[in-house]
Amino acid sequence: MSKIEIRSPLPGTFYRASSPDVPPFKADGDAVASGDAIGLIEVMKTFQEVPAGVEGRNITFLVDNEEPVMAGQVIAEVEA
Amino acid sequence: MTIRSILVANRGEIAVRIIRAARALGIHTVQVHSAADADMLAVKLADAAVDIGSPAPKKSYLNIAAVVDAAKAAGVDAVHPGYGFLSENADFADAVEAAGMVFIGPKGDAIRLLGDKVAAREVAAKAGVPTVPGSAGRLSTIEEARAVAERTGFPIMIKAAAGGGGRGIRIAADLADLERHFPQASAEALAAFGDGGLYLEKVITRARHVEVQILGDGQDFIHCFERECSLQRRRQKVWEEAPSFLLPADVRARLCESAVALARAVGYRGAGTVEYLYDEATREFYFIEVNTRIQVEHPVTEMITGIDLVEEMIRIAGGAPLSIRQADVAAEGHAIECRINAEDPARGFMPAPGTITRLVVPEGEGIRFDTMLYEGYTIPPFYDSLVGKLVVWAETREACLARLKGALEGLAIEGIPTTIPLHLALAADDSVRRGAFDTRFLEHWLETEFAARAGATAEVA
Repeated sequence: MSKIEIRSPLPGTFYRASSPDVPPFKADGDAVASGDAIGLIEVMKTFQEVPAGVEGRNITFLVDNEEPVMAGQVIAEVEA
Repeated sequence: MTIRSILVANRGEIAVRIIRAARALGIHTVQVHSAADADMLAVKLADAAVDIGSPAPKKSYLNIAAVVDAAKAAGVDAVHPGYGFLSENADFADAVEAAGMVFIGPKGDAIRLLGDKVAAREVAAKAGVPTVPGSAGRLSTIEEARAVAERTGFPIMIKAAAGGGGRGIRIAADLADLERHFPQASAEALAAFGDGGLYLEKVITRARHVEVQILGDGQDFIHCFERECSLQRRRQKVWEEAPSFLLPADVRARLCESAVALARAVGYRGAGTVEYLYDEATREFYFIEVNTRIQVEHPVTEMITGIDLVEEMIRIAGGAPLSIRQADVAAEGHAIECRINAEDPARGFMPAPGTITRLVVPEGEGIRFDTMLYEGYTIPPFYDSLVGKLVVWAETREACLARLKGALEGLAIEGIPTTIPLHLALAADDSVRRGAFDTRFLEHWLETEFAARAGATAEVA
């Protein structure tokens, strides 16, 4: 079983959900399709969706909600 | 009391601006910063700096306890809030004063009163300032909303009483729209601002955004003429001028007098801005809101009046009376400010933080560049995209546009995309030259003229 990394395309603040009062895009352990959004990056007050970009099972998030991230930083991993 | 030391509770270019004003007055400065801002220019320029928390604004620049604790620990006499962040937070102003320091701005009660958009409308109306046709106060039911809309007509804006700065606004085109949006708007306002109160204002379709700079010391109240800020994208100002050069002299006089009347009605202390919509066709102006702080675009007023607004607000906070009387305020020439943002105008204004590899700032008569940039500085992604304000003054608007073009060509910011190309295109545009624009002009212009221009450039390249 190999792990695939999902990296942040931009520097900014990572959010697991589109707003504080809705469920996260993905719960820990969910499967993801390539086009699925796994979170948002807030960069200079604008929000960009982070697409999974890969297909996989059992997603594990390595960055907490509302934590700063750098461009290229690994946000999550999935199993191929 | 005379203020001998100030804590700057902000970041970016305005923190630099405040430090320079304080220094000119011989005041010691302490700069707060988040963990992401340790190497910002204001930290380097200030006499001392304090780390107040992690990068997220709510953990640092919006954290009242952290800022007040830093100010107390530093033993400063006063706190300057700048714009944005806690600048219009009445609880912050109260907390600063409760801790025995001076808040450089109006008292918490005045901020609270004028920050409540419904209350501010009522104060304005009582002071004889024309307001946009709409509800007399807060609305609690859809029946009340329907009655107001039947009187004013459509389209109509549904606004959050606790909103502002373009946030918390929905537009209803007809009655069905109003009935659909009203409950959602209330729920949204409650979630966003902790207050579900709404009010209605008729949409003034073709309007300019004009605003009057006011100063008050609690006893005397003056205006420093008006600014024209119609060029906006997503309700954010992009380019500002002073004066609003097409405004008829009699309208200007009534407009500025109305702002002073409003300041007097609340016993205003500090620098503030009264914002209006102006309908050129009917020559009517309508009050929108009061901003109880220094504004981003304050330099254009400084350029035409010669008044240093930031120094003046510090002196007023220290208990001094206004250093100028109305009769001494004269406007001379024309000034334009271009907001230079770290955004790529060729890619839908995508924000672009990054490292500045080269910086060349134009110099010369009538040219000012307020910025926090320096070569080697890395702009963090956590805050506003504003990186500088190019402000140009000349004897006439025509000469100002010509000087602005030269200054924009002489301004080099390398390492990140910026909105300089947008401003070069605006400075060369015929509608802008004629002043033929309203608050809706820029977004349409971006989709048509600017897109065509960008497309043509791409083909050549």
